[in-house]
Amino acid sequence: MAKRFQPGIVSANDLLSGAVIYLAADGKWVSTMSGAEFITDEERAAERLSLAESQPEIAVGPYLAPADNSDNGPVPNHFRESFRAAGPSAPARKSWGIA
Amino acid sequence: MLDAQSNPTRTYLDRRVEEFRAQVQRRIDGSLTEDEFRPLRLMNGLYLQLHAYMLRVAIPYGTLNADQLDVLAEISERWDRGYGHFTTRQNIQYNWPKLPDVPDMLARLADVNLHAIQTSGNTIRNVTADPLAGAHADELMDPRPVAELIRIWSTDHPEYQFLGRKFKIAVTGSPNDRAVTKAHDLAVRIVERDGEVGYQIIVGGGLGRTPVVGKVIRDFLPQADLLPYLEAVLSVYNLAGRRDNKYKARIKITVNEMGLEEFSALVDEAFARIRPEFKGADQDLLAELQVAFEPPALPARDTDAYEAARAADPVFRSWSDINLRPHFQDDHAIAMISLKPHGGVPGDASADQMRLVAALARKFGNNEIRVTQEQNLVLPHVAKADLPALHAELKAAGLATANVGLASDIIACPGMDYCALATARSIPIAQQIAERLEDYEVEVGEMAIKISGCINACGHHHLGDIGILGLDRAGVENYQITLGGDAGADLKIGDKTGPGFGYDEVTDAIERLILAYLDLRAEGERFRDTIARTGSEPFKAALYEEEGNRDAA
Repeated sequence: MAKRFQPGIVSANDLLSGAVIYLAADGKWVSTMSGAEFITDEERAAERLSLAESQPEIAVGPYLAPADNSDNGPVPNHFRESFRAAGPSAPARKSWGIA
Repeated sequence: MLDAQSNPTRTYLDRRVEEFRAQVQRRIDGSLTEDEFRPLRLMNGLYLQLHAYMLRVAIPYGTLNADQLDVLAEISERWDRGYGHFTTRQNIQYNWPKLPDVPDMLARLADVNLHAIQTSGNTIRNVTADPLAGAHADELMDPRPVAELIRIWSTDHPEYQFLGRKFKIAVTGSPNDRAVTKAHDLAVRIVERDGEVGYQIIVGGGLGRTPVVGKVIRDFLPQADLLPYLEAVLSVYNLAGRRDNKYKARIKITVNEMGLEEFSALVDEAFARIRPEFKGADQDLLAELQVAFEPPALPARDTDAYEAARAADPVFRSWSDINLRPHFQDDHAIAMISLKPHGGVPGDASADQMRLVAALARKFGNNEIRVTQEQNLVLPHVAKADLPALHAELKAAGLATANVGLASDIIACPGMDYCALATARSIPIAQQIAERLEDYEVEVGEMAIKISGCINACGHHHLGDIGILGLDRAGVENYQITLGGDAGADLKIGDKTGPGFGYDEVTDAIERLILAYLDLRAEGERFRDTIARTGSEPFKAALYEEEGNRDAA
């Protein structure tokens, strides 16, 4: 049985920097999930994923990530996407005084 | 004298760098798809992780000289974010390289004979060894000539570029295993029998989702038979190893499914065929390597200043009690440099710290630095007379944490803070536990806490006195605890306890275990001794007691 469609966003990693990127409604790639297009139907999802896949010079490994919508745009509904969106959680280099 | 790390040669490294530079260019200009490019970048140690690329650089058998460490520091500043992460397989990882910069990073590494070749992919990976090789008082023989021989043999070896799965080799020359040999696909232990030196060969160890303790396939292999025997093992594995299922493709599964006896018989058959092809060039090379790795001539030094500093300065005394290891020469010591400041990221070192350690190695340490499987650094040859000055400089740079071998000396994989495979975070768990235990960890004594952020077990959780495995349980981080593992010569896989703990519960749970140990232990018992005597039940009771009370409340 096919997996039930879940609303969400299209995300990938930027080819040059490796950074997390999201596909916006105007077809541009943005760096924050809140700027991503929130996709609610399966047909649109396939279309947007196919658009992402046609841009290998920008986007590596595009995929549909489930998300919730909010007044401020899409927000993660799984911790993995939260960490992708926010960056490493660890107060990593506090002992060195590097931000 | 042969430069021990002159292989692979500069010409070869330059050629590989230029080849990769052209591949990167072709990926960027669209001539290569990602599917075509991925295996090419992995052959050069370049992964794409959660937030960025990650470049894994091999540190052969964990040995660096000061110039090499300086270059590792320089690379982190020029092309990354000013720090590097040392791993449980004696590698260094850069977490933030940009794709167009990677060929330049590799070119700079090649200046000091370092590279990222075979740090990924289904091939023979960086050959690891006892990080205290050539220095520890308990050593029978320095394992690094053998490790280097294996590295030269396995680097770019055409037969081993497309193995069924990755293949990890470790070598030790000490009866006290500090190289986790029995958790490797293949391991060589240098042993002595009737006055003759030879090798005990271990196969089929590994961690991951199916942890297996390596098995002795040859108790005593004559020195001259080493490479042909390894070729025989690899050739049997290469043909018989499963390629239908990634999770059953490691040699540990081949050996388990076939049985050691049958596997061994096939290896013997292959060995009989291969042995005559080796006519002694390998042994000539080994002899040269043994010269290159001869123990340094260390001038005798007075130890009065060291004893005086111990008497006068309790901070120095505590550091020297905890972070020093016995050197083969009495007036010297092995100085362990902790990369585990309480609340810091296990294994991370800033560029400034790396440069300082390089400078200290030049000044006090015979120009040598080691990287340990526990993600710390080592100056293996320091005169005791120099230790007070060494300690003062380390302290000023945040590198004098006196915790090596204690509870806050935690192995942790990068986990979901960096790794694309992770199912939960590791680093913040390590930070919380280290901070929680800081005040009484000296009283607790020797303790190995190891954390993996997924079932692949890069954090060696199976081998911890206390192991922690982070999983994704229905969209929430959940941490399973194992007890009673042992990374030493008699490798032991820890036992799972029971239901896991949430992110906010796990530090409390670990503390309950530690407090239970303090209650239960008899005089002089380490955690593993107590658990061997009492069994795990009293520890499980402590672990879940609080839970039960809370549920009932």
